[in-house]
Amino acid sequence: MFDYQFLIEVLIGGLLSGVMYSLVAIGFVLIYKTSGVLNFAQGAMLLFAALTFVSLVERGTPFVAALAATLAIMIALGIAVERTVLRPLVNQPPITLFMATLGLSYVIEGAAQLLWGTQVHGLDIGISDTPFEVAGVLISRLDLFAAAVAGGLVALFALFFRYTRTGLSFRAVADDQFAALAVGLRLPRVWGAVWAVAGIVALVGGLLWGARLGVQFSLSLVVLKALPVLVLGGFDSIAGAIVGGLLVGAIEKLAEVYVGPFFGGGIEVWAAYVVALGFLLIRPSGLFGQKLVERV
Amino acid sequence: MNMFRRLKVTMGAALAVGLASTLAVHADEQFFPLQSYRVGPYAAGGTGFFGGFIDYLNLINIRDGGVNGVKVTWDEGETQYEVERGVEVYERLKSRPGTAAWNPLSVGIAYAMIDRITKDRVPLITINHGRTDSTDGRVFPYVFPLLLNPYSETSGMVNYLASREGGRDKLKGKKIVVLYHGSPYGKETIPIYKLLADKYGFSLEQIEVPHPGNEQQSQWLSIRRAKPDYVVLRGWGVMNPVALKTAQKVGFPADHIIGNVWSNSEEDVIPAGDAAKGYIAITTQASGAEYPVLQQVIKAVYGANKGNLDDKKRIGSVYHNLGIVNGILNVEAIRTAQAKFGKRTLTGDEVRWGFEHLQLDPARVEALGAKGLFHSINVTWDNHEGDGRVTFQQWDGSKWKVVSDWIAPDWAFLRPIIEKSSTAYAKEHGIKIRASGEDPVSQ
Amino acid sequence: MAHLARTKTGRPTAETLWIGIGIVVAYGVVPFAGSDYLLDAVLTPFLVLALAAVGLNVLTGYAGQVSLGSAAFLAVGAYAAYNLHLRVPGLPLLLDLVLAGGIAAAIGIVFGLPSLRLRGFYLAVSTLAAQFFVQWALTKFGWFSNDNPSGVIDAPVLRIGSVSFTTAAERYVFSLTIVVVLTLLTLLLLRSQSGRNFIAVRDHEIAAKVVGVPLLRTKLLAFGMSSFLIGVAGVLWAFAYLRTVEPAGFNLDRSFQILFIIIIGGLASLRGSFIGAAFIVVFPLLLSRIGAALLGRVFDSGVLEMSQHIVIGALIIVFLIAEPRGLIALWDRAWSAVRPARRPTIPT
Repeated sequence: MFDYQFLIEVLIGGLLSGVMYSLVAIGFVLIYKTSGVLNFAQGAMLLFAALTFVSLVERGTPFVAALAATLAIMIALGIAVERTVLRPLVNQPPITLFMATLGLSYVIEGAAQLLWGTQVHGLDIGISDTPFEVAGVLISRLDLFAAAVAGGLVALFALFFRYTRTGLSFRAVADDQFAALAVGLRLPRVWGAVWAVAGIVALVGGLLWGARLGVQFSLSLVVLKALPVLVLGGFDSIAGAIVGGLLVGAIEKLAEVYVGPFFGGGIEVWAAYVVALGFLLIRPSGLFGQKLVERV
Repeated sequence: MNMFRRLKVTMGAALAVGLASTLAVHADEQFFPLQSYRVGPYAAGGTGFFGGFIDYLNLINIRDGGVNGVKVTWDEGETQYEVERGVEVYERLKSRPGTAAWNPLSVGIAYAMIDRITKDRVPLITINHGRTDSTDGRVFPYVFPLLLNPYSETSGMVNYLASREGGRDKLKGKKIVVLYHGSPYGKETIPIYKLLADKYGFSLEQIEVPHPGNEQQSQWLSIRRAKPDYVVLRGWGVMNPVALKTAQKVGFPADHIIGNVWSNSEEDVIPAGDAAKGYIAITTQASGAEYPVLQQVIKAVYGANKGNLDDKKRIGSVYHNLGIVNGILNVEAIRTAQAKFGKRTLTGDEVRWGFEHLQLDPARVEALGAKGLFHSINVTWDNHEGDGRVTFQQWDGSKWKVVSDWIAPDWAFLRPIIEKSSTAYAKEHGIKIRASGEDPVSQ
Repeated sequence: MAHLARTKTGRPTAETLWIGIGIVVAYGVVPFAGSDYLLDAVLTPFLVLALAAVGLNVLTGYAGQVSLGSAAFLAVGAYAAYNLHLRVPGLPLLLDLVLAGGIAAAIGIVFGLPSLRLRGFYLAVSTLAAQFFVQWALTKFGWFSNDNPSGVIDAPVLRIGSVSFTTAAERYVFSLTIVVVLTLLTLLLLRSQSGRNFIAVRDHEIAAKVVGVPLLRTKLLAFGMSSFLIGVAGVLWAFAYLRTVEPAGFNLDRSFQILFIIIIGGLASLRGSFIGAAFIVVFPLLLSRIGAALLGRVFDSGVLEMSQHIVIGALIIVFLIAEPRGLIALWDRAWSAVRPARRPTIPT
């Protein structure tokens, strides 16, 4: 007798984990969309944000003040990165830019630990993670909260992109850099803004992941969870990051529970990549990614 | 902040060391090369362990003026827990005069060093971890997995569960899930758990968590479906707090989760917050700073501003105390060897002899100010583990509390399994099995 | 990446001469004068990583396909050679080496298949599948490590005929020879029609197709060739350098390290791979020695290490900004400044 309730439980758990992946992936998408950079330092930024926040709180700063201070620091960091790293590298091939962000992640990780130490911290964001039960299926409060935050973030972005001037220039730059330049948009300013926004996304992701894992060095490893999401959803689509995240989360968990036992388990690490790969062979730019047209 | 206080402290210490080294150029010294890791994912464990080790060596120099007048010295090389960096540090520091022993606290680095230290004839100490079959001193004359190897740990855990159920016969029909890290380390005990399950008649399910272990939803859902009596956590790094958090998410009680030696520190539970309350883990050394030796470290070493930990709150933590116990064992091995070879700088081979005769009974442990910190050790030429006992601690939300007696693993049951593996190794590598505790090379 | 291309022909003979002198020194002087530390902890890993970088450079620098899975092929090479040695009694070491490289090449071709459909970062991220899958498989199936309970493999003694390579100097010479021979062979390949096809595919795939470059064969050859070289580097890593390896040693950081070498050294330049490897291996050691000597008394090793982390990261960024074509471009510029008459200026 097949246990459908268990299947549903696994599926829901997977989808909720997927939301967490999406949160990280959105940070990548924002930057890739506007400047064509695959920002590997996103994980380091996440770590930096969470570590800064938790260290401030532990030193007695009130929750809200710490949040505001960290937010300010992350925005400053984003802008500083754009100024010092990205701007001098404009027009370099993508692989060079990618390597620069790897170098950047060393700097940020080193600085985070130099400033705040290498200790591990617990992070309590005020939501107790006791589960509640719906028709025999346990659902995590923290995961639901994270999903709500992710949903809110995406809604906010949608409004921002549609109705604000900066948001519109984001989209213009993402559509066609040269055209945007031609109509007088100042690209560096848009890039600075987008890095600042990525800093904010890193803070949100850092706090939610920090509440799940604790705040410690391995927080920066969550980027690895975001990469198959990007492949599946497309590097340049926020909707893709969300759908891709949900898909990856669900696929991972279902594969681990139902396929894993045939291989002795632990297939989660690559199952998502393999599915993403198979999918890519059908659609080489992901679900929502822009199709490249090449001409001779 | 951190850095500036550290600056002051280390400047003072540097001055003192500089002075001491100019004064004592010709005195006998025993050198400890330290492959420490204070950066990277495992920095929290590295700073605690090497901090404790250095604190104890400092205590010996300050309080006793060395081991029978022989100063202990050390130098650190950062490895970040990476094997090649560990090898680089080995090659760099190996020619220092008076090297006593290597203490890497990393399985990978220890493995890479086995051939090298055997050739160079210096002991390699892998306290609480390391290669299980190196317990067999007949095949591995220079390797010492002191106090506990992975198989003894497994047996100790099962014995603890038996005592909790009220006897080994009560294990029959119980269900135990082992949640292990998806690495060679995690998989090492799979066959031993199977053997013990057959022996005691409990049912067993072993579930893998892929590295690094920051996602365990599917594993814990499977556990929830399996409804085990206990979950054994054989975790590593971030996998541990995530396991505890996810257990809470699926409603599995923390006091039925038992952690192994790499899942037993403050660093493993603090990130999990309330979810860790009630969690129990194995240890060879109790935590806390109430033991006389810890008090002396606080007074003599930290009082003189030479303490190695930045954060004094970490004195007496699991890794710090492991470092202290490691210091005691290394220093006592030197002392033992000095009784035979004389109170001077010893060679690596002489220190090996000291380790092979390192016998600290509970009375001697008490005299060393470590009663209750660890139980005893009894190393011989063919048993390099030394029959260490284990105890179990429960996390109450802010500190560990001992909740069991000192428990003895089933050494007699494990020994034949270990010998089978070590003789196979000897055969594969053309090693002649030692027939007595004599010098391994002269045979 | 078109402007990164620089044909290998027409290099001044004086430089070839210097390379010759370098090889003579590497064989004639270093093994005798170098300390164990220099040979074992600096030069041998340098050679091995340089070979791996040459391999990745064939794929990324010349054929334009980005891979983030190099460490996986190092692992395949190392474990294949170990198992061949273990299970095929009497197999000569050199044949073992070549076969292990061949197995790595075969797996490389399989993981290279998506390159026929995917571009850029989509391909790069897909190669991560190789990275994670190989590490998982080596950990999962005990057969690969001969059921060692810890998954660690111990390298056999290097032996060719009756000559065995056991000391640091001997293992260095062994690695040096393999690396030099394979690098020269790679150079030959790159100068052949296949090498020109690589560059055509990299510079403009559609155009290359139009003029009749066989895309499928060229791309798979690049993947196979690259994985072969990296696989052999893996054998050296396991047999000549560390002598005991575990799957965890071949993680993503190692892949990034090799990618760093070719970017810092210079894409599409074999000399750049060597310079980059020297930089990545030697510089952190140098930095940590200098740091410890100057500031070791002031800061403890943790603070020093973290500062080094920052310095290395920052330096990588500075290099990329100052000379995106890599150290080899700096080298060439310095060279042409010294010998302006022999060589036209490098096009920028």
